[in-house]
Amino acid sequence: MNIFAAIRVALTALRVNALRSALAMLGVVIGVSAVIVMVSVTEGASNAIEEQIASFGANLLIIRPGSSAFGGRRGGAGTATFMNDEDVEAIRNEIDGIAAVSGEMSGTSTFVADGVNWSTRIQGVHAEYFETRDWFPSSGRTFYPEEVNSGARVVLIGQTLARELYGASDPIGQIVRVGTTPMEIIGVMSAKGQSSWGQDQDDVALAPINTVRDRILGYDLGVRDPVFTIYAEIDASANADMVTADLEDLMRLRRNIQPGAEDDFSVNNLGEFIRARNETESQLGLLLAAAAGISLLVGGIGIMNIMLVSTTERTREIGLRLAVGAKRADIRNQFLIESVVLCFTGGLLGLLIGIGGAAYIDSLDQFPIEIQPTVAFIAIGASAFVGIFFGFYPAHRASRLDPIEALRFE
Amino acid sequence: MSSALIHCRDLTRVYKMGDNEVHALRGVSVDIQRGEYVAIMGSSGSGKSTFMNMIGALDRPTSGTLEIDGEKLEGMKPDELAAFRGRRVGFVFQQFNLLPRTAAVDNASLPLVYSGISAAERKQRAEARLTQVGLGERMDHHPSQLSGGQQQRVAIARALVNDPTILLADEPTGALDTQTSEEILQIFDALNRDGMTIILVTHEQDVADHARRQIVFRDGQIIEDRT
Repeated sequence: MNIFAAIRVALTALRVNALRSALAMLGVVIGVSAVIVMVSVTEGASNAIEEQIASFGANLLIIRPGSSAFGGRRGGAGTATFMNDEDVEAIRNEIDGIAAVSGEMSGTSTFVADGVNWSTRIQGVHAEYFETRDWFPSSGRTFYPEEVNSGARVVLIGQTLARELYGASDPIGQIVRVGTTPMEIIGVMSAKGQSSWGQDQDDVALAPINTVRDRILGYDLGVRDPVFTIYAEIDASANADMVTADLEDLMRLRRNIQPGAEDDFSVNNLGEFIRARNETESQLGLLLAAAAGISLLVGGIGIMNIMLVSTTERTREIGLRLAVGAKRADIRNQFLIESVVLCFTGGLLGLLIGIGGAAYIDSLDQFPIEIQPTVAFIAIGASAFVGIFFGFYPAHRASRLDPIEALRFE
Repeated sequence: MSSALIHCRDLTRVYKMGDNEVHALRGVSVDIQRGEYVAIMGSSGSGKSTFMNMIGALDRPTSGTLEIDGEKLEGMKPDELAAFRGRRVGFVFQQFNLLPRTAAVDNASLPLVYSGISAAERKQRAEARLTQVGLGERMDHHPSQLSGGQQQRVAIARALVNDPTILLADEPTGALDTQTSEEILQIFDALNRDGMTIILVTHEQDVADHARRQIVFRDGQIIEDRT
């Protein structure tokens, strides 16, 4: 008996018992759609996490003075707490596996353009800063290393600042007064949105670090060329743990920390920090997906139950088929195909309902949802598996019937 | 080897029912020739149904030899027996055993599904047999739309569709009235005139009178074999 004839026989049997077939399918429909919704929610959550990490820059090390665990510690008499440009240079030149490094120092200043005032944060950075944060202008350009060295009066502004100062018109080439210093706008940064703490990351301006230090903030921190923070991007091909350890060793050396003494600085991998913070969220997602998987299992048991009822009810039919020449495998395949067709159809319906449900949740804007094409394969694969797994026993039992007793069955 | 179509020697069949052994057949030896029309008679429990199951390849003997058209049945595995039934035997049952909610033509073509015959040929052959039994106008009717006699005709068409060597009928008129029974038996008579070997199990003498040979069973043995 060929497979097409077998499928036709199975389809006919299912159509003859349409209501029962539909009810048997229901469990699988619910199971598969639940799995799809849960997988989409979980995927959406982990995507949101990855986006957050990406908005900081992947594999970004953030070096700050003072240990985060022990508050702002100062070193021994005569040592500087603040880091400076020499530390940035040392990291760039002495550590292997660093793709880009930049110091940063920031403060608040007032921006004035055409009589419009806006007070916001200005960050002084080195030329590689854009690379470390993986954040670039959407129009215009970044500044050159020479402009950093010479303290050129150039500035890049964030989207929020651009909107507040210039509205819809193009700010590039305009002169904005920052505090008392007129500066030329050379670029507008791409939109970054809110940080995970709700801070508007586009309400900011970026200028060469020397310009900010010397002309705008004018702090006297007792250190030559101070920086508040150093951002170092680890090369994608490098071992992050090894680079972090090398960097810590270098900083201890440069800051004269005796062996055994505590660090007076901290090195944080922000991506890992966020990953750890969101671990619980994805575990919750896994739990939900597992619960949905259990409902699929229950659906499968429903299929098995219906198939057992069906094979018992059709005992005489099985006897007749055996009498007219059906082999055991023919009978087994017929019922196996019936249960696979039930589950497969249920899986398709569940796929549609699940995608519809996920799209609906997405439209509520409460949770980020990510519907991936792989869920289609999950749905089809899982339902076919359920069909074969739970259909096998009833089908096998039917195929072992004795034709004489089956024909005599009342 | 024997020239007989059905050749059996010392057939026994023992069923185990718990601790009891039931001897359904106790040493049956009989030959049936090609083209014969045989009625198997006896009261219930006489062994006639067991004997029919045996020559229909639905059951295997506990001991003895059974050869049909040169093939030895006693050593066959279940799937080999199934293939043998599909090739050699046509069954007609007392309760018709048609598939419900399934058209007459699909019921009649059922055995061909298992012998790997294409859908088009299945339909053509089933239609030919339905026409032969006088149901040419009712190919697409479901069993519930047919009378008892018509349902049994569908069952006969189904039994004939694979061109069997033997037609086995187990009380084929048991569920029919006298008039309809007579019509069904006339179909068997006509088939036998065309050369079909027919074995008919019955406990009614007037049904058995259609056959040209009557074999009577009692307590698992043949007590009478008359022509």
